[in-house]
Amino acid sequence: MQLRDKVALITGGSQGLGLALAHELGRQGAKVAIVARRQPELDEAVHGLHAAHVTALGIRGDVGDKLAIYALLGQVQAGLGPIDILIHNASSLGPTRLVPLLDTDCEELSRAFAVNVLGAFRLSKAIVPGMLVRGAGLVLHISSDAAVNAYPGWGAYGASKAALDHLSRTLAAELGDSPVRVLSIDPGEMDTAMHRAALPDADTASLDSPHHVAQRIARLITQQDSPNGARLIAAESGLAS
Amino acid sequence: MSKTVTRMLLIDPQEQTLAEATVDALPRLLSERDLFVVNDAATLPASLAAVTARGEPVEIRLLEGPYGTHVRAVLFGAGDFHTPTELRPAPPALAIGAALYVAGRALAVAHVAACSPRLVVLRWPGSAAERFALLYAQGRPVQYSYVPKPLALWDVQTVFAARPWAVEMPSAARPLRASLLLALRAKGLRIASLTHAAGLSATGDAALDAMLPLPERYEIPAETVKQLQRTQREAGRVIAVGTSVVRALEDSAARHGTPRAGQATAQLVLGAHSEKRVVTGLLTGIHIPGESHYRLLESFVDGQTLARSVELAQRHGYRAHEFGDAALIVPGLALSKGLAA
Repeated sequence: MQLRDKVALITGGSQGLGLALAHELGRQGAKVAIVARRQPELDEAVHGLHAAHVTALGIRGDVGDKLAIYALLGQVQAGLGPIDILIHNASSLGPTRLVPLLDTDCEELSRAFAVNVLGAFRLSKAIVPGMLVRGAGLVLHISSDAAVNAYPGWGAYGASKAALDHLSRTLAAELGDSPVRVLSIDPGEMDTAMHRAALPDADTASLDSPHHVAQRIARLITQQDSPNGARLIAAESGLAS
Repeated sequence: MSKTVTRMLLIDPQEQTLAEATVDALPRLLSERDLFVVNDAATLPASLAAVTARGEPVEIRLLEGPYGTHVRAVLFGAGDFHTPTELRPAPPALAIGAALYVAGRALAVAHVAACSPRLVVLRWPGSAAERFALLYAQGRPVQYSYVPKPLALWDVQTVFAARPWAVEMPSAARPLRASLLLALRAKGLRIASLTHAAGLSATGDAALDAMLPLPERYEIPAETVKQLQRTQREAGRVIAVGTSVVRALEDSAARHGTPRAGQATAQLVLGAHSEKRVVTGLLTGIHIPGESHYRLLESFVDGQTLARSVELAQRHGYRAHEFGDAALIVPGLALSKGLAA
């Protein structure tokens, strides 16, 4: 899919990979809407996008809240038009610090699923049929290697990302040979606020920058060769960053 | 709302025959040369609770999204949706410049229509993004007195809702769930979209209701024009989902001879003697005589057959409202499928 004049909605778009994707897609001509929960970060992110001459709109909203979904979609599509690219990037770790599953509060696990799985499900449900009747669209699920490998302490996050991957595969299977593409991407370990919250003592020098990962993901979007429903690993895309 | 199977009254205007089915039969009833055209407008939370400077309650029902600073609206006095629209009291008299406060923000009356003091133009300051943020924070969908529980935005969207242009749900598309769209595609039918700013269905004011439908904005994508041309070449049928789609396509064809891509405002009002240039069939709700939608149906079906269909619908308990049952009007339907009258 070419990016010029396409409308992309990125959840969790005010920082980290989401914001880097907004800049990269915007640089390539897409109009981007970012959704985030906190107004100051959202305003700062939109300001930065405008400064980079990106057509951008920031909508405050929580994808973990069902009643917020059409309110934020209405504002996005009133401002930018129908959504062509939907990127499920917003993620909650669950517990604010990594703890074993058995020490994870029930509410923390619920929160991880509410944002990472239910939020994505609701947005796809509200957007994908429109892509179907307009004859084009792309849904991108930002996954994690914690969806595949069991890392002690990452249980809530990993289980929710595994569910997200399966949502992606099932959606692709149901859409069959329709013009809507559905992909899941493992971006790899990046130097982001979420990573620092999870592992405060990690050596950030060994981590990828969100900016480089966003460039790789943008190239995966513009290439048409990955099969529908595929789970891709950004670092193995064969693309130099 | 309800997940019960939607019943579908079949009307073949060519053979003047009636039959019954459910919406799940759509893929069987139509041919792979046929084109479905849907309205992808999302429904706005078009009802805003406001107060006058003197504290009198007023309900503002927007007639369009607040894309510009001047927005057409219909005003209602005290009360809420539990009272049928036609029984709601009139709003207090408002002079030009009078303010209506929504969550503390002032919208000013910029114009009052000569035909009805309920029909106004409001001046709504701020940027479009600020207006939509206020609307989505404070507005609710237009409610219906026959639905006891307040409707949320989720309840009034079609599955393919995109840009928020409609002030009431383009409800003819409500039975088209994703599984049905996929089944239609699997059968080889094509589906295209346009966006039409479907307006209010009723205002409770006889003078205003007589003017419905008011001019409504629409946009036809270039891809849809291509699909229409292909359908015409292949002698397929163009089936509009909802009267708003008929209005948009026929208005564009009346201007240009054939539908053209782009935005315009529909002025055309279709009735019994209207010539149709594009649309051959219609999937719609169950409509009753007296509604503006019913007058549009008369452009598809002769009066006698239509009256028989209303009688059959009433006798068999079809539900005639936004969340009710469906009617499919397509010439050649009965003939091709051997359906009983």
